[in-house]
Amino acid sequence: MKSLTGRAKVLDNPKMSFLERIYLPAIIGGITITLRHLFRRKATIRYPEQKRTFSPVWRGMHVLKRDDNGAERCTACGLCAVACPAEAITMTAAERKPGEEKLYREEKYAATYEINMLRCIFCGLCEEACPKEAIFLTDRLVSTDYARDGFIYGKDKLVEPVDKRVDVSKRQTPNVLEFKKVKHYRHNR
Amino acid sequence: MTSFFIYKAILVVAVFGLMLMAAMYSTYLERKVAAFIQDRVGPNRAGPFGILQPLADGIKMFMKEEIIPEVANKTLFIIGPCIAMLTAIMAGVVIPWGGELVIGGVPYVLQIIDLDFGLLYIFGVVSLGVYGIMIGGWASNNKFSLLGAIRASAQMISYEIAMGLSIIALIMMTGTLSLREIVAFQEGGTGGAWNFWNVVYQPLGFLLFIVCSFAECNRTPFDLPESETELVGGYHTEYSSMKLGFYLFAEYINMFVSSAVISTLYFGGTNFPFMNDLGLSQNAITILGTLTFFIKIGFFVFFYMWVRWTLPRFRYDQLMYLGWRVLIPLAIANVAITGLVMILTDRI
Repeated sequence: MKSLTGRAKVLDNPKMSFLERIYLPAIIGGITITLRHLFRRKATIRYPEQKRTFSPVWRGMHVLKRDDNGAERCTACGLCAVACPAEAITMTAAERKPGEEKLYREEKYAATYEINMLRCIFCGLCEEACPKEAIFLTDRLVSTDYARDGFIYGKDKLVEPVDKRVDVSKRQTPNVLEFKKVKHYRHNR
Repeated sequence: MTSFFIYKAILVVAVFGLMLMAAMYSTYLERKVAAFIQDRVGPNRAGPFGILQPLADGIKMFMKEEIIPEVANKTLFIIGPCIAMLTAIMAGVVIPWGGELVIGGVPYVLQIIDLDFGLLYIFGVVSLGVYGIMIGGWASNNKFSLLGAIRASAQMISYEIAMGLSIIALIMMTGTLSLREIVAFQEGGTGGAWNFWNVVYQPLGFLLFIVCSFAECNRTPFDLPESETELVGGYHTEYSSMKLGFYLFAEYINMFVSSAVISTLYFGGTNFPFMNDLGLSQNAITILGTLTFFIKIGFFVFFYMWVRWTLPRFRYDQLMYLGWRVLIPLAIANVAITGLVMILTDRI
């Protein structure tokens, strides 16, 4: 009988042959396979002693960069927050006061800048959206915590220290470097 | 007389300790073998290569909270693991761990007692082991436990018969039930006459015996009493702390004992090739023999684990089919063939 969908398959369920019924050839085949695995190289990485090497473009914990003079690059434009598919980024903007030129590069800056690391999916779209090259994903890991509050990272954790810069050169792929050479883009001026 | 008792006492304590140690390190070996077969490294934190892991496990077992279910039969609940452990250890009494060790002109036999019905004794004690499982499963007052216990007893009964029958052919050949004499029967290379291990004469018997011993020890592919995937933990679902530990220990001791029995019956026990042609002294032969015996046991313990991490579990009806309708007829055929060959070659 033809089935309604026409996708039915006739199952072939033949009687087992004598060799199959005594199981032994199959068992011997099986134990030779497991014996081979016994001497195979192990896939395990013994974690605390051995660490897995990250890919050069690994997307880990974010950093808010400073420029060469040590001023924060972020202008709180909010493009990263808009780009974020997980809606993990919030910020409040503030105006730079006279005398703060050393701290903030432009007239507007982020008074608070928070990333909820539990929401973040580490896609890197914030980095792509940023016109000021202020936010980057780095090869650092977000450490664990017992409470959810601990995962909301503020500026204290995100902004790089002046004396301990975070290297993000590995994230600058050839495409990015090529793009930066083109001076007529506003981004590069 | 006192020296006799001291020697026996030392031997008993040594064998007892040895079996406990063997069971402890079997758990370690099991985890390592499982890991290696699955391309992992296994326990490697406690001590170098995780050597102290069994110790840590033991401490954990002792420290855990002991729970006796409200509705359980408390006496039987406690007796169950005790019986399992007791019967497992008792089987080690008749196993010939080595030949004679001559110290100061006095021969000391490395066997606790050489019963002339040693093989029957082992069978008796090992089949008592099912009471531990049955009592434990029944006393738990839990459906899973009861199912596990019922399976265990049905399985034990059906495989005991095939096991006994597979041994009969061997006993016909050797003409003795004493394990020591069975070992002596397989002694190799005496005066140019070739004597092979029994496995050469009894390949089918060996196969039947090892399959049945898998079932007797409740090891995969016949681990239906436990079957974690269907019955939670089978007969030890309700057990915790060291009572659970006793059950697991008993399983490993059973494995060790049945490996020893297999080596004794079919693989020459303490005999090794060319043992009498190398011109070694009696004591050297004994020590080397004991070592080879342990190597053989170790291999079979490994074999149990190797098979466990290779094969899936039999279905219950397949298990019963295999036991009653395949193994028992085969064992009877083996007896008949052995008898026929013995008559034709005038070996009676």
